[in-house]
Amino acid sequence: MMASSYNAKDEDHHPGSVGSGGPGAVKSKKPDNTAFKQQRLPAWQPILTAGTVLPAFFMIGVIFIPIGIGLLVTSNNIKEFEIDYTGVDMSSPCFSCSQNYSWNSTSVCTCSVPFILDQPFESNVFMYYGLSNFYQNHRRYVKSRDDSQLNGDKSSLLNPSKECEPYRTSDKKPIAPCGAIANSLFNDTLELFYNHPNGSRIAIHLVKTGIAWWTDKHVKFRNPGGNNNNLSIVFHDTSKPVNWRRPVYELDPSDPDNNGFINEDFIVWMRTAALPTFRKLYRIIQKKKDNMTPTLPPGNYSLEVTYNYPVRSFDGRKRMILSTISWMGGKNPFLGIAYITVGSVCFFLGVVLLIIHHKYGNRNNNADIPN
Amino acid sequence: MLRRRLNRLCGGDEKRVDSRTIYVGHRPCPDTEAFILSKFCDNRIVSSKYTVWNFLPKNLFEQFRRIANFYFLIIFLVQVIVDTPTSPVTSGLPLFFVITVTAIKQGYEDWLRHKADNEVNKYPVTVLEDGRSVKKESEKIKVGDVVEVVEDETFPCDLILLQSSREDDTCFVTTASLDGESNHKTHYTVPDTEMDLQALTAAIECEQPQPDLYKFVGRMHIYKPEQEPAVRSLGPENLLLKGATLKNTKKIYGVAVYTGMETKMALNYQGKSQKRSAVEKSINAFLLVYLCILISKAVVCNTLKYVWQSKDGQDEPWYNQKTQKEKDTNMYLKMFTDFLSFMVLFNFIIPVSMYVTVEMQKFLGSFFITWDKDFFDPEIQEGALVNTSDLNEELGQVEYVFTDKTGTLTQNNMEFIECCIDGFQYKHRDTPSELDGFTVTDGPVNKLQQKAGQEKEELFLRALCLCHTVQVKEAGSEEVLTDQVDGIDGVLPQPEEERGFIASSPDEIALVKGAMNYGFTFLGLESKNMKIKNRENDIEEYKLLHVLNFDPVRRRMSVIVQTKSGETLLFCKGADSSIFPRVKSEEVDRIRMHVERNATEGYRTLCVAYKQLSAEEYAVADTGLREARLALQDREEKLMAMYNQVETGMSLIGATAVEDRLQEEAAETMEALQGAGMKVWVLTGDKMETAKSTCYACRLFQRGTELLELTVRTLEDERLKREEKLLELLRDYHKRAVQDAPPVKAGVTRSWSTANQDYGFIVDGATLSLVMNPPREADASQYRSLFLQICQNCTAVLCCRMAPLQKAQIVKMVKNSKGSPITLSIGDGANDVSMILEAHVGIGIKGKEGRQAVRNSDYAIPKLKHLKKLLLAHGHLYYVRIAHLVQYFFYKNLCFILPQFLYQFFCGYSQQPLYDAAYLTMYNICFTSMPILAYSLLEQHISIEILLDNAALYREIANNAMLRWRPFLYWTVLGIFQGLLFFFGVRFLFSNPALQDNGQVFGNWSYGTIVFTVLVFTVTLKLALDTRHWTWINHFVIWGSLAFYVFFSFFWGGIIWPFLKQQRLYFVFANMLSSVSAWLVIIILILLSLLPEILLVVLRKPRGPHSRQKKPSQSNVGGNQSSLSSARPLLMRTFSDESNSVI
Repeated sequence: MMASSYNAKDEDHHPGSVGSGGPGAVKSKKPDNTAFKQQRLPAWQPILTAGTVLPAFFMIGVIFIPIGIGLLVTSNNIKEFEIDYTGVDMSSPCFSCSQNYSWNSTSVCTCSVPFILDQPFESNVFMYYGLSNFYQNHRRYVKSRDDSQLNGDKSSLLNPSKECEPYRTSDKKPIAPCGAIANSLFNDTLELFYNHPNGSRIAIHLVKTGIAWWTDKHVKFRNPGGNNNNLSIVFHDTSKPVNWRRPVYELDPSDPDNNGFINEDFIVWMRTAALPTFRKLYRIIQKKKDNMTPTLPPGNYSLEVTYNYPVRSFDGRKRMILSTISWMGGKNPFLGIAYITVGSVCFFLGVVLLIIHHKYGNRNNNADIPN
Repeated sequence: MLRRRLNRLCGGDEKRVDSRTIYVGHRPCPDTEAFILSKFCDNRIVSSKYTVWNFLPKNLFEQFRRIANFYFLIIFLVQVIVDTPTSPVTSGLPLFFVITVTAIKQGYEDWLRHKADNEVNKYPVTVLEDGRSVKKESEKIKVGDVVEVVEDETFPCDLILLQSSREDDTCFVTTASLDGESNHKTHYTVPDTEMDLQALTAAIECEQPQPDLYKFVGRMHIYKPEQEPAVRSLGPENLLLKGATLKNTKKIYGVAVYTGMETKMALNYQGKSQKRSAVEKSINAFLLVYLCILISKAVVCNTLKYVWQSKDGQDEPWYNQKTQKEKDTNMYLKMFTDFLSFMVLFNFIIPVSMYVTVEMQKFLGSFFITWDKDFFDPEIQEGALVNTSDLNEELGQVEYVFTDKTGTLTQNNMEFIECCIDGFQYKHRDTPSELDGFTVTDGPVNKLQQKAGQEKEELFLRALCLCHTVQVKEAGSEEVLTDQVDGIDGVLPQPEEERGFIASSPDEIALVKGAMNYGFTFLGLESKNMKIKNRENDIEEYKLLHVLNFDPVRRRMSVIVQTKSGETLLFCKGADSSIFPRVKSEEVDRIRMHVERNATEGYRTLCVAYKQLSAEEYAVADTGLREARLALQDREEKLMAMYNQVETGMSLIGATAVEDRLQEEAAETMEALQGAGMKVWVLTGDKMETAKSTCYACRLFQRGTELLELTVRTLEDERLKREEKLLELLRDYHKRAVQDAPPVKAGVTRSWSTANQDYGFIVDGATLSLVMNPPREADASQYRSLFLQICQNCTAVLCCRMAPLQKAQIVKMVKNSKGSPITLSIGDGANDVSMILEAHVGIGIKGKEGRQAVRNSDYAIPKLKHLKKLLLAHGHLYYVRIAHLVQYFFYKNLCFILPQFLYQFFCGYSQQPLYDAAYLTMYNICFTSMPILAYSLLEQHISIEILLDNAALYREIANNAMLRWRPFLYWTVLGIFQGLLFFFGVRFLFSNPALQDNGQVFGNWSYGTIVFTVLVFTVTLKLALDTRHWTWINHFVIWGSLAFYVFFSFFWGGIIWPFLKQQRLYFVFANMLSSVSAWLVIIILILLSLLPEILLVVLRKPRGPHSRQKKPSQSNVGGNQSSLSSARPLLMRTFSDESNSVI
């Protein structure tokens, strides 16, 4: 169906030049008669014509439209719930927390944000926190880290990279982990409670592992000191990042596999987002064993926030997102729409081309012969 | 430049002295004021540019003088100094690569030159010192040394021949390595030098070194005890040039006059001026556009950055504090460095690699010309030669072809056809019928079957036998010469045609052979005695007194000989125009008819005249000639005047007709060139009739062609002065050819518009000089513009009677006319060199007239017929390839950098790169460079056979069609479209960065990698769509590049790289591939970006064949019309005033 020809040109096209030089006479000067040197390599010469492209257009249309529909349906089936808990409005529960913020305060400000889920969330539910107007992709920010330190390199631990400035040292001690990214680790604590219709308040179990890339957790991020479980000794000569309340070895004291540099919340944070409005995976709510009841049944919930992370100063927003996941990831209708559009356009073009081809086709065939 | 340096090095103490004095053997001469051993440079040849010590700095300096390299160096330095988003490695590595490769190439070439220099400089030579022969290295020869050279050795420096082992004081030399002429040339010793070189006390006065191989003026004072010093003149015939080889002579002694870099060979070694192709100019224009884009991008980003930062809390939020140093930096300095940073970030839009790829494409591509077996000529066992690869694509852009006639259109393989003696026509027949094959034809001229008188016949034949500079080829041993008298019997039985003659001009051989057929055989020249064998097999001897050499200005040559009986005769032969005024007019009429008839038949005619000199006349001539030859200053002019004085009052004896056959396929080639829209101009030194007939034979003129003649003959008018007549004619022709011509068809050559009247224009040298330099300077511009317009509207132009310099003037005039059309000159002889050098593309034919043309050409081909393939196939393909290469390069870098620019809007204008540094660096070097290189070497969008069959296809690419602003705009729009698509497609995808089925999110490096993957695939597949000729190499490189990209990305992200501070891409690529959404977005973006391209190809196709005929003609017309209203002021400047002196 491709209008093409395999063009192996005959080698003796110019009989005049063959043999006239005498056998073997001054062979070195006569150009070699190889297909490459004579620009006669056999070649496939495809010619795109309406005839060849038409079926391709229809094919694309036929394939893309169903894919697009599939994608759109999948995306629409994903349940997503999003709630802004920044506390900008006077009425919002976290308003007071967002107002009285200071890094130094030791007091904990908590607020509770109630919300209602209309639909049940099946299967695993993923809990994200979202930030807006937070430039994790700012150049000064992106480069402000030391990957060798995070990889467990001892010398980098005590002598972090210059790139970490101005978060390199504090109190003449090297900061571990150094840099602006680590320093600004998201430190709100989010907890979910299901307000059962019978009045009881059930805490929903949030799994905090499996949220970071496997390779990051197991290869890229390493605690220094190898298998030494006592991280406080390993990090003894270092200082905690200035904005942190706890040193790095106390990020998750309960689980040694989730502590120090290999704390998954930390790893997730360290993968800088592409755009100033982003979401990061926070917790996973695993589906119930019995499969009969949904993971999150519809009803009243409350989000308990330990409000630590200030965003008002740069006009930022904080969100909590609950989402189920399909094979294509989170909810995003863009791909489905794109596929359907492209498929339809191709199909439409195919029809137009078919008409053109029919109308002018015969005349062109004659004219094409000299080529 | 080389010469200037030389002067500084060597000639410091002689400064502005016109001549130099050399003391033979360094012996002081009596009687000279003061014996000063002036210092001359030594005999070391230095063709190398560098030494071990200065190689690095000098080479680097020269490389960074190129504007592109300098630009990249600046970018690199900015990256080193300023805190920029990308590491210096990203631009430093490619630059380093380019510089290193170039340096290695140049270093290797220089090493070869060093080797060659050493070979020459260390060559052992024998020098006579104080009576002893001393072996020395060649470089130690000093000016004034007496050097011994034996047979088959090359001369180590320029020598004055003092003594030869041959008895006749001559030696034979070939200058094959200098000018390619393989014939033996005779050189003479200085007359009357002593046999004992030790006793010779002499001083040589000669001019300062100059590069002309054929000019030398000098004088030798020979001092003998108790005698007046004798003075001998020295000319080129006494000078043995370095590089020439001694032949047929056992050994010679000579005194060194020019050494080392002052030898004529070294002075001729200077490189030709660089020719630049139109494509390069286009590249530079595009580059400027991209530079503007680059700067405006940086300005936009910089402005927005500061606007954005002025908002509260944006510049320095709590999570992203500045360092102390940044806080301290002055605001304006910060702005400036920010601007530089943006420049660096976007600098990839102007790729280093484009220059490398273009250079490589040109260099490698030129091999296809040398490899082409169609250019191989079995006769000379040689193929085409490429002297410069910079002009490959220019071969596809030629608009004007200037061709020489003799040796180019014609074979320069002369054959004696007939002669005319005293008005009677003789034609030689191969079948010997009567009387030595000497028969009278029954042509229309000679109805009475008469023959000229026996006496006249023999006089004419003797003249043919004597009036030439032909040598008899010796059979390798000198015995033949010494025993010549005996040898004749031995020679006789052999067929006479076997006798070998050597001459610089093939006409002379044809004439001597012609005379041989009629019974007069030239046996050779022996110690100034010419021997000929007459019809009765008697040997006649003539003493050769003087040779008045041929030159193209005088257009004749003469010899003065003395017969046995003591008569002094002058024989002269030359062009009719130069002979007729010098003979008695009543004789002319009888011959003229024959000459003109022969000329119209396409033969080369020469007239032969003679004159008997009385003793007094001879004495006057003899002293005059000797004096002129001795003159140190203006020798040429004096000689010329003397020649003119001697060659007067002769009587015409006859004329000869020699046929010069057309080159193989000359007519077909010319037709193809005209079909391809090129205008063919024939520039020849030959006479009008001959040239005109050649033009008819080549089908440049056809029966329907109306000829407009602007020659001396048409200017003759009773009523008007020549200038007035000229103006009248010019106006008349202009009216006919330009104004009355239907404007639409003006530019279309006749193959497409048979209804249109064709005009052919004929102009001769004398008239041309009148046009160029009219007596009243005010008319000049008017004349020239009229002239040029007429020329441009004629299908073919014939310029005859041209001096070499006039040829160049014509080329220059056209070259500088409005629209600056691309010109091509093709020629084979030394007289074509000037026009070959002047034209955009110079083509040399490896013909018989030596190798000067080949040496000075850009391309050399064995035969004229090869021009067709060179232009129509190779030129066309090269142009299409390089044009596509250039456009593609700009396009691919535009859509490479545009997403990076757009990303600035989303990252707070912080110069954050979208792609990883490795990708930034490798994009142009590895991922996308090979497919386009393979394409630009192998693409045949139309197969070679079709290109050769349809000459009209050449017009499709005329006027730089693929590199005009329209196609450039198309490519730019395509690049912008795709760049936008890449960025925003992924942007919408990332509105939810949870793209994996485990809910994990992607970061900024994943974003960049997805964009980059789409980019690499799209630009490669775009090229695949453009490729019409898929050889296995294309397949290999295109799919290989993509596979390499995938492999590299896995590899680059698969390891925690030691020594790297940042592991940005660790497993980013693999994670991307594990996401279905990423796959889907990559596929759809690639498809969507290629969709308009596919659609365009399909939609364009149906109209293709029709537009093929219309489009080029329209554009042609446009170009022509604009050129009509052109050019008056332009032409003023283009002509030097030299043309006056030539004619």
